[in-house]
Amino acid sequence: MFNPQAEAMPVAELRKLQGQRLRDLVERAYGHVPFYRARMQEKGVKPEDIRSIDDLARLPFITKADFRDQYPFGMFAVPHREIVRIHASSGTTGKPTVVGYTRNDIENWAECAARSLACGGATADDTVQVAYGYGLFTGGLGMHYGAEKLGAAALPMSAGNTEKQIMLMKDFGVTVLCCTPSYALQVAEVAAQMGVDLMKLPLKSGNFGAEPWTEAMRKHIEELLPLKALDIYGLSEVAGPGVANECLEQNGLHVFEDHFYPEIIDPATGDPLPDGQKGELVFTCLTKEGVPLIRYRTRDITMLMADGPCPCGRTGRRIKRLMGRTDDMLIIRGINVFPSQVEDVLVRIEGVHPQYLIIVDRQGNLDTMEIKVEVTESLFSDEVRKLEALRDKIHHQIKAMLNVSAKITLVEPKTIERTLGKAKRVQDLRKLT
Amino acid sequence: MKVRQISIFLENRSGRLASVLKEVGRAGVNIRALSLADTSDFGILRLIVDDVDKCVKALKDNGHTVSLTEVLAVEVPDHPGGLAGILDVLSGAGLNVEYMYAFVCRATEKAVVVFRFEDSNAALAALKKAGISILPAETVYTL
Repeated sequence: MFNPQAEAMPVAELRKLQGQRLRDLVERAYGHVPFYRARMQEKGVKPEDIRSIDDLARLPFITKADFRDQYPFGMFAVPHREIVRIHASSGTTGKPTVVGYTRNDIENWAECAARSLACGGATADDTVQVAYGYGLFTGGLGMHYGAEKLGAAALPMSAGNTEKQIMLMKDFGVTVLCCTPSYALQVAEVAAQMGVDLMKLPLKSGNFGAEPWTEAMRKHIEELLPLKALDIYGLSEVAGPGVANECLEQNGLHVFEDHFYPEIIDPATGDPLPDGQKGELVFTCLTKEGVPLIRYRTRDITMLMADGPCPCGRTGRRIKRLMGRTDDMLIIRGINVFPSQVEDVLVRIEGVHPQYLIIVDRQGNLDTMEIKVEVTESLFSDEVRKLEALRDKIHHQIKAMLNVSAKITLVEPKTIERTLGKAKRVQDLRKLT
Repeated sequence: MKVRQISIFLENRSGRLASVLKEVGRAGVNIRALSLADTSDFGILRLIVDDVDKCVKALKDNGHTVSLTEVLAVEVPDHPGGLAGILDVLSGAGLNVEYMYAFVCRATEKAVVVFRFEDSNAALAALKKAGISILPAETVYTL
């Protein structure tokens, strides 16, 4: 552990600290950001109403759209001379979201990134190859400062130029790799072409994130690279990489809770959900000065794990690997359904990635769900009863997994419309006005 | 002795069968026998053709889901109870028929029944033992 005092703080003490920090945060936000003041007034909450961390749910949520509306500096809570760094997250639509960091913010972020590296066993003796992009994106600089904070040697490669990455990885004896999981696989592929045996290198851990990945991908990476592949989570609005990281147990990502307070809410109603239940991840940045963040809706779907303390000794609660985005979520008869869950069922049945389309409609007052599945050769049988058995099996497993009954329709290959080679997954025909 | 039959997955929509048969025709493949199994949602078209490989290639190139299945073509004696006699042999041997369909052979004017068994080797042995005539694959393709 990089900072055992903070990372293994007894829970009662941690909650007390969070309460103090929340009170300060709310006062700063209310006092210096007109946007927060207006939102709190709308909700009829005053800073003095917030006494402990349990009062958090009285505060309003903020969204990415709110952030964008305050472009560029409307969310900043400090005079410009106190800002020492500005990052921005790429907006696929419209303006980016802009975050400013004070010197303390950079320090706290580096601390959390250092903790993330230490989660994989990294120390001052290590060499950390940072192959996340450097720039407005927080990945590269975030891990870079984390490596320096740890006392390790940071190797600022940024993304790309894979052959050179591999050459230096080998020649410099790199021990820790930070990049997206898909880039780790690309490194392995290119190394094989170059005739470099990565399994002989002294690599020991990798902090992989910035995109969704699966257990199967982890297994694959660990087969090709001699390291423990750990999931790292972060987003620029909250700080950057290092909000949460897996420990060597590889069973959920510890949130660094003395800085970032996680909640899981029902994305439809906004109600907080108990641990172990899946919903939208919401963060409050307890120590942030430049851009205070209160109940920010990340749109990421996960859950807070409810399986007791982690053997590693860290007391920060763990979030599960991300399960999807609220943007993709469907609500069918009041039940949250993600296309990824449907895909999971289909993959488990045949071990392949079949093309499918979820069609949601409403008959009378009842939502209906139909799932069209393209019959590939591995699914096809010459016998009607076997195809019917396949259809029933999909039906039952969807029902068991989602608690929603779906009509399963087997369709011919290539009949599901594809845009840019990527299949459209959902068609919502409900007219809800 | 075993005949290679092509099975094609079809959605139960108008025009699907016609479209598949057109592709077969365009490939210059001649159909010898055919059967269609259907449910309310989908169907399985089963074809015996003169050029199996060419037909499979044409269908796959057009994006169809295709599989090859081994079936037996059995000549049925032309008298009352002819087919029943064959089925007796099969049930006596404990063999289950997955599905079957019949057509008439132009050359011999005899009825031919195509059988699909779970275990076609066992079926072949049982039918041979009972002295029932099974058409060689070449004969079926060139009927």
